[in-house]
Amino acid sequence: MIELLWSIFDITLVLLLLALAWTTCSTQDVKRAVTLFIAMGLLLAIVWARLKAPDLALAEAVIGAGISGALLLSAIKDYPSNMVSHRSTLIEGIINSLTLVLTILMSWAVWHGLNMSDGVRLSEPVISQLPVSGVSNPVTAVLLNYRAYDTLLELAVVLTAVLTVLTLNEKRVDYEFSSPLLQGMTRWLVPLLVVTSGYLLWVGAHAPGGAFQAGAMLAAAMILLQLAYPSRRQEFNNSLLKILLVIGIFTFLLVGLWMMSLNDDFLAFTPAWAGTLILIIETAATVSIATALTLAYLGGRPRGWEDTNRTSRSIAENGGAG
Amino acid sequence: MISEQLLYSLAGVGLFGIGLRATLLHHMLLLRLLALNVCGAGVFLIFIAIAYGGIEVMADPVPHALVLTGIVVAVSATAMALALGRRLEALNDE
Repeated sequence: MIELLWSIFDITLVLLLLALAWTTCSTQDVKRAVTLFIAMGLLLAIVWARLKAPDLALAEAVIGAGISGALLLSAIKDYPSNMVSHRSTLIEGIINSLTLVLTILMSWAVWHGLNMSDGVRLSEPVISQLPVSGVSNPVTAVLLNYRAYDTLLELAVVLTAVLTVLTLNEKRVDYEFSSPLLQGMTRWLVPLLVVTSGYLLWVGAHAPGGAFQAGAMLAAAMILLQLAYPSRRQEFNNSLLKILLVIGIFTFLLVGLWMMSLNDDFLAFTPAWAGTLILIIETAATVSIATALTLAYLGGRPRGWEDTNRTSRSIAENGGAG
Repeated sequence: MISEQLLYSLAGVGLFGIGLRATLLHHMLLLRLLALNVCGAGVFLIFIAIAYGGIEVMADPVPHALVLTGIVVAVSATAMALALGRRLEALNDE
């Protein structure tokens, strides 16, 4: 009986997901598509939770649905919406049939692959090394100990993407109007979000959570502030922002090099210190990820971004001349 | 628990197909980006479905870490593509 209920749940979830994906992809109305995409992200979070991936469920709910949604919604006004045009029927037919053939082939490959063998499962090696990894959440252990190198490069990818955003555009013009309701809610929500973010960061060592979820939560708080108080025209402290943007990758590299001097391998943590080192790296990474996502939401460099460079350069030049 | 693995990974393949088709069909950059994200979600779903081993068994944490990385990289790549598109629109307007 229980198994039947599970099956009904699974099938309903999968059908809903596919239906949402189909409507997201087939509508020509941009606002509708973005809204449906956010809903699909939330549904995916449920799917991750169902497939025993709570870390992913948290990340998807905050990043996949929340931050992506905010990014896309704020980007809508950059594009003209009256550009409806269709491909010719011939090309549409070719695309349709090719995708269909590819999907069928992939389905066969997945079915065949799952039937052929159980595959290699890495749970056991991960669990057996867990006591010396410094944390007890296996996903955090993989991310920041076993495969720390990948995570370091991932932070580099995020930084590169944000640098591109900053190079290309100025910050978008703020929304002029913000309702008192949103402001009142923000006053309650932002402290709550900051505390939750700190909690997620701390709890990541032994339960679902970690730097990415915490960083995204912090970014969500910043975006909410930006939406609720646009009129204040708050000036960002740009030099501070620049430091916060790179502090994650800088700390990561520094710890990696330090461990290299002790253990002969880049990012090979000494087991006794691993927990503390991971927490230090994660704290710095949280701050950097939050800054990066907030800047990505703003869509470009805030006012005075180059000026800080110029002043520091002129100071340096003056100092050199003096 | 082959059936749940199969069900969810086939759903992942379905998402991939739907996303790919729309990426190729749409003209508007924003809609294409959305479709590409749906496509990516499909790939993530295949990964996680294969990592799932049943209610009692612990799921494989390595694909989880990979997909967590993937989600963050996907949102960064989307932000970058949106910035490129915005610049393109600004250049077209001039």
